[in-house]
Order: sequence, then structure tokens, then C-alpha cells
Amino acid sequence: MATAQVRLGAQPAGAEVARPARSLWADAWITFTRDRLAVAGLAVLVLLSVAVLVGPVLWKQTAIDFSRALQGPSLDHPFGVDDLGRDLLARVLEGGRVSIAVGITAVLLAVALGTAIGAVAGYYSWLDNPLMRITDLFLSLPVLPLLLVLIYLFREALQLALGAQLGVFIMIVGVIGILNWMPVARLVRASFLSLKQREFVEAARCVGSPDGRIIFRHILPNVLSPVLVAATIGVGAAIITESTLSFLGLGFPSDTPTWGRLLFDAVNYLDIAPHWAIFPGLAIFLIVLSVNFIGDGLRDALDPRRKI
Amino acid sequence: MGTRYWYKAFAVAAISGLVLAACAQGGPAATTAPTAAATATAAPTVASARGTGGDLKILYWQAPTILNPHQATGTKDNDASRLMIEPIAAWGPDGKPFPVLAAEVPTVENGGVTKDLKTVTWKLKSGVKWSDGSAFSADDAAFTYTYQCDPKSATSTDGGCADVASVTAPNATTLVVTYKNPQPFFWLWGVGTSYGVLQKTQFSGCVGEKAKDCPANLKPIGTGPYKLREFKPGDVVLYDLNENYRDPNKPFFKSVTFKGGGDAPSAARAVCQTGDIDFGWNLQVEAAVLRPMVEAADSKCAVSPQFGVLERIHINFADPSASLGAKRSEPDTKHPFFSDINVRKAVAMAANRTAVAEQLYGKYGGVPVCNVVVIPESFVSKNTASLDTCKYDLVAAEKLLQDNGWVKGADGVRAKGGVRLEITYQTSTNAVRQKTQDIIKADLEKIGFKVTLKNAPASTFFTNTSPDGANKFFADLEEFASGQEPDPYGTLLGYTCDERAGSANNWNKGNYSRYCNPEYDKQFQIVRTETDPAKRQAAAVAANDILIKDAVVIPLVNRVAPTADGASKLLKGHQTSAFDSSLWDIANWSK
Repeated sequence: MATAQVRLGAQPAGAEVARPARSLWADAWITFTRDRLAVAGLAVLVLLSVAVLVGPVLWKQTAIDFSRALQGPSLDHPFGVDDLGRDLLARVLEGGRVSIAVGITAVLLAVALGTAIGAVAGYYSWLDNPLMRITDLFLSLPVLPLLLVLIYLFREALQLALGAQLGVFIMIVGVIGILNWMPVARLVRASFLSLKQREFVEAARCVGSPDGRIIFRHILPNVLSPVLVAATIGVGAAIITESTLSFLGLGFPSDTPTWGRLLFDAVNYLDIAPHWAIFPGLAIFLIVLSVNFIGDGLRDALDPRRKI
Repeated sequence: MGTRYWYKAFAVAAISGLVLAACAQGGPAATTAPTAAATATAAPTVASARGTGGDLKILYWQAPTILNPHQATGTKDNDASRLMIEPIAAWGPDGKPFPVLAAEVPTVENGGVTKDLKTVTWKLKSGVKWSDGSAFSADDAAFTYTYQCDPKSATSTDGGCADVASVTAPNATTLVVTYKNPQPFFWLWGVGTSYGVLQKTQFSGCVGEKAKDCPANLKPIGTGPYKLREFKPGDVVLYDLNENYRDPNKPFFKSVTFKGGGDAPSAARAVCQTGDIDFGWNLQVEAAVLRPMVEAADSKCAVSPQFGVLERIHINFADPSASLGAKRSEPDTKHPFFSDINVRKAVAMAANRTAVAEQLYGKYGGVPVCNVVVIPESFVSKNTASLDTCKYDLVAAEKLLQDNGWVKGADGVRAKGGVRLEITYQTSTNAVRQKTQDIIKADLEKIGFKVTLKNAPASTFFTNTSPDGANKFFADLEEFASGQEPDPYGTLLGYTCDERAGSANNWNKGNYSRYCNPEYDKQFQIVRTETDPAKRQAAAVAANDILIKDAVVIPLVNRVAPTADGASKLLKGHQTSAFDSSLWDIANWSK
């Protein structure tokens, strides 16, 4: 704030009063908007999200038609068609709904879980050992057999309780989230361990701040940047994991065209109909890249040490 | 895991892309290839001498893990052992036994089979030797029966054991098979890939509980054209020529490399595009991918399909509703709407088998079919083509439902008395099957069904334990395929009342549809016991027709059998038999 006051002081008298004080978030937003790549990423993410939300309502060409099987992009079918003659633009738009929702929700869950466990383990040293052993346990679990067990135990029940689509969605988001929080927890714990020895935390403790306030107000903002980077990488991984599950028949029903599913279907046709793989691949590429840029921008914007 | 698969897929695609590009540019090279092939075919006699060929390269995209056919867990194991372990006779391409260790095939006419069809006497070749130089005798074959049919040996080939009373060897070249009942299909024991003859000396310590862990399972001695050099389970088998093989001119190749692993598309590329491999097993690849590979001007492979595996959809006659709890899909429950024949018929009429066969399977994959018995020719019904359940007609299907009180609701789903036509349609995980589901689903939804698709990995789907499995059939429709024997007995058995799968038999019986019709059982009894071939044939056709008229099962595609193998164009002497292993005649192969 000191530098800001110096700058403000240099301005003509009177202007100082007119300018309202900036909050942490407003400040972050201004820093964020200065990062062009981050803004571009946000624009692409918003654009893609709007497209997959509105697109399937406007572009309805899902019928099977063998007479046009494997045709490349044309005016009628901008993304071309697949081997059953289904329009790929329609399928990419429809699949995007599931893929984006799964990617983002699963990562939010993983980050929330990981941050909570990492923070508690890092701050309370008596909980450190048990929590980290649980983290090790989760890291050493063989993923595929565990998925099989989880899915057989909960799929039916969830589908009965929440309906076929939503049940599978919750299950997949849950499974991906539960299997991906461990790296975040380790990152957060490590940062907590080093930060809680620092003077500003000791100072906060001296003035009598309760634990909750120290954790959320003083330490957490400082560990946000590594968490955000981990989260942005996680979105891409979650989209790919979802496609693995679909491929094994454990995910969404095979006629739900998620991006990963479209890619798997297209693999064998790479030399005959490359367009089939290019467009869903491009969509995954764009979403992962834009989320990464946003993550970078957020890291810079929220890092308290980088404030001018 | 998913990522690694991706890298591999892209690598294969990239490499084959490069190869394609290289071939496209190399104009002169492409034109010289046919000339070289032509000179090779001009001199076939030179090629037939023993051991003059180099290394024969075989690729199976599933890797063998054991070399004893009786402990095999899959076709890959059976086939890998077939180079060494031979049966008494093989199933030839015509569906008749082809003598291997036998000198001739016993029939009623030549006196080898008694008039009551209970005793079959096989005359075996004399002078046959095992690859270790010791003499082969009928005693080895009789021992194989003891080994195979001891329940404690837990063999995977004991299917015929229930019908056989004894197998004895009166002398070194005579083998007598006695059945418990008159056996119209009297070649049951001894012919084909399940009846490979083991060496008694090597396996006599391996009968019963010791069978599974017997060291000989990994290095068996056989009478076949090749003998084992090295076996890495789950990876590769290396063979050398067997000097003691009975035909002095065979085999042509000095050694064989039997490589396992990869997937069907990469196997197809290896045999058709790069030509690295001489023989690729089971090219189960979508028609649009396989066809350009096989038919390309510079293609290095040929595929000659023989059909005989029926891909079909079973309709569930039992009630799969989850609300039934433990009673779910038990044979004594009744399906809420498939108990109405008109609904079943409507489903059958909405099955576009021509589209499935032509678009997904193609000419190297399968042909549309509307019979339950699809081979051999003499047992195939010619009455079904005109039936309404065999004609794809959405308008008629819709009318049938409408006329019988199934009326469309606001959401387009038909219902009657509160029962909605909501279907779960399950199958195993496989790209072609999921596309079949897409096609069938689209049509069913047009006529007023609501369809939910479900698929499970093959290892889960084909078990009697999984709730997602074919046996438990906790769904309304399910799709899969199975091969057929040269006799329709086994195929027809799977629709009789006694064979209905349920918890009482641990879901292990073959009637997954839980269909039960006394009229059908009557025809089946004739197939089981009748000794007059003409009457038996008529009964088999009648039984087949009942299943189609009653819309019990919806046949889709007559697929290639045993598998759509790709053979290098240079490979000669190779013949496909729909009823036996892909490698049944490997002794005759040459280049």
C-alpha cells in the first residue's frame, strides 16, 4: 500500500478522495486483466462453455446416415461426419457439455479435498503423520481395480437415486476427485510447514488470532499459486481419465459422445478420416490450454508477494 | 494408463502414415512387387522341401500363457499349442473330420461306427513319432481322455466328457470311443482343437490336482510339425522344425516365431501394410478401416473369410427389474412387456441387420443373417427369409405396437397400462458392438422405445458372477456372439427349458433368454436322439424356425469363423476352416 500512497500523493489534491480503496479481489482482477494470455484463455473458456451450452439446441443433426459416412468437413457438416454418418460438430458440442463439466467439477473436488487435508496436516503437527499415511495409502492404491470396485458398489444405487445421467456424472466426478487429491495435499502441506514458521504467522499468533483465521487469512493465500497450477493441469488429466473410463465401459453409456470417447472412436480412422480425431482433439487442447493460461494469470494475480 | 495407450496408438498411426507416404512416392518399387510374387508362384515345387523356408512370423494380438490345449484360457493358447499338439482329426473346411493322427475317418459305412451309434473305432497312423523320438501309440490318446475328463484336472476342454463312457486302446493303432447313449454326432470326442493328444510319458504325473501347475504345460512334447525352442508366457513362443515329423517333405519353414500382444488394428497394419508379419490372427477391425488396408494396391495381405459365428441380440423373457432384488432375472419371473410377442416382434422388425453387416462388418467381417443355426449348410433353414421378424420395417413395427394398445406418450415413449417400453441394452466393450448398439437404438427410439445402452469389458461380461454379465442378464436386451460346431446340437441346446440360467444353477447354463416352450423342446429332443439324418435335420430346421417366429433371439450377422485372419500374399498352402483352429493346417504352409 505504501507505494500506492506515494503514487496517489503525487496526484493533484482532491483526486485522492474520489478514488475508492481497492479490495484484494478487485486488485487481483486488475492484475489478471493485464495478463493478455490469461484474458484470452478466459475468453476461449467462456466461448467454449457458451457454445456447448447453446450449441446442441441450435445444431441438431444427430441422425445416422450411412450414405455420408466418413465424409470430411463441408458446409453442411463443418467438422465432417463419423463412420455412421453422424455430424461431428453436433457430437463435439454435445460431448463438450459432459467433458467440461466433468473436468472442472472433478478438479474442484480434488483441489478442495487436497487443500483441506494438506492444510490440516501441515498446520497441526499431531495430525500430520496419520493424514500423510492416508495420503500414501491413496497414492499406492491400484487405480483400475479400485475403480471397478467403486463403480460396481455405487453405480446402480446412484443411478436409482439420481437418474441414469446424473448418477453416472456424480459417480465419475467423485471417483476422479477421490483419486486425484493426493498431489495437491502434499503441495499444500509442504507450503504450510514452511510458512507456519515465518514471522508474519508468528506475529498473527502473538496478537491472538485463532487457528482458523491464521490458516485462511494468513497462510492459505500464500499457497494458492501452486494449488492453482496443480488444478489447471488436473483439468486436462480429468478429461482424459473420463475418456479412459468410458472406453472401458465404466463411464457414461457409449452413446454419450464425450470428447475422450470421440477420440477413442477415431483412433483407427486416423489415416482415412483424420477430421474425426482433429476436432475433439482440438477442443480438448483448447480447453486445457485456456485453463492453464487462466491458472497462470490467477497465480500472478493472487500471489501476495507479487503485489506492486 | 489411458495416456500410454494414446502414445502407442499415435506412434503406430504415425509410423504407418510414413510407410504409406513412402509407398506412395516409391512408384517403381510398387510395380516390381507383383513381378516378384509372380515368379514365386511359378515354382511351387521347389518350395515344398522340408526346412528350406526361413522363419515364419505369426502375430496374435493376445499373447499365449500356456501351451497345453486342455488348460488353455483362450484361443491364443490353443493355437500356440497346435503347432506341436495335434488331435486325432481336425475339422476340415467342409465341416467333416480331416485325419491327422488317424489313418481314416470312421463312418457307419466303413464300419468304424456301430449301427447303434454308440461305439466309434478310430484307426491311427502307424510309425508316428513324438518330437523326442519316442513312438506314438493309441495309448497316448486313451490317456488324454483320462487326463481331460478327470474332474480334478479342471480342464477347459471337458465339454464332451459327459457323453463319453470310455476311450480305450486295444492296440497301438486302434482307439475305441464308447458313448453312454446313441450319439448322432459320433465324432464328438477326438476331433478338433479341444482334443489335442498329450504324450502319456510326459503328462502321466499331471493328472488330477497337479494338472494346473504341471511344468509340462509350458514345454509339451508333441507330434506336430514344430517343436518348442523357447516360451516366454505372455510374450512370445519360438519353435524349431520337428525332425521326427511324419511327412518327410514338411514342414517348409525352419522355424516359427509366434508373437503375442498389441491390438487388432496394429496386427492388421503389420500384416497388410508393412508386411512384417506373415500371418495375423483375428483382424477384428471395423470394415471401413480394414477394407482399404486389404484392398490397397500395395497391400501385402489377403483375407479369405469363412462365416460361422452368430452375432445376435437375446431378448430377456425374465424380469430384470432391480426392484425384484434376489428374484431379479430368475427364470420363474415374467418380463413386464417382452411377455407380449408383439413387442418382441416389433424389436425384431426394427433391427437393421443389413446396415450392421455392411457398414460395420463389411465383406471381411460378416453377412446379414436371420437364422440361429448358421452352419453347416445342410442344417441352415431356408424358411426364415420371408418371416416378418426377419424384415427390417419400422412402419410395420410401429403399426404392430399401435394396434396392440402400446400408445405413444407425450415424450414419445409407448406405454400400455402404465408399463412403459423402456429398455436396457447391454453388450461387451468393443468398438463394433457399441456402434451396433447405436444403430439399433436409433431405430428402436423411432418406433417408441426408450433405450439405455450399457457395456462391460469382455472379462466381466462373459462371466456368471458379474451383475453386468451376460449370464445374469440384468437387462432387457443383450448382444454377443458365439461360434458354432459342425453339428447344431450345442447351438440349439441353449434355448431349452432345462438350460435356463438362474441362481439355482449358479447362472451357468446356456439359455440366457430364459425361453421355455414345450413345442421347441420336442423338436430339440428329436435332434438329440434321432438316428435318421434326414429326420434329425428337419427337426433342427423346425427348432430354428420356432426361435425366429417367436422372436426369442434376433440374429444380426454371420461373422467370420474362427477369426478373420490375415495372411501374407506370399504365404501358400493355407486353408481356412470355420470349425477348427486358424493354424490347423500349418504343416502345409509354405512361401
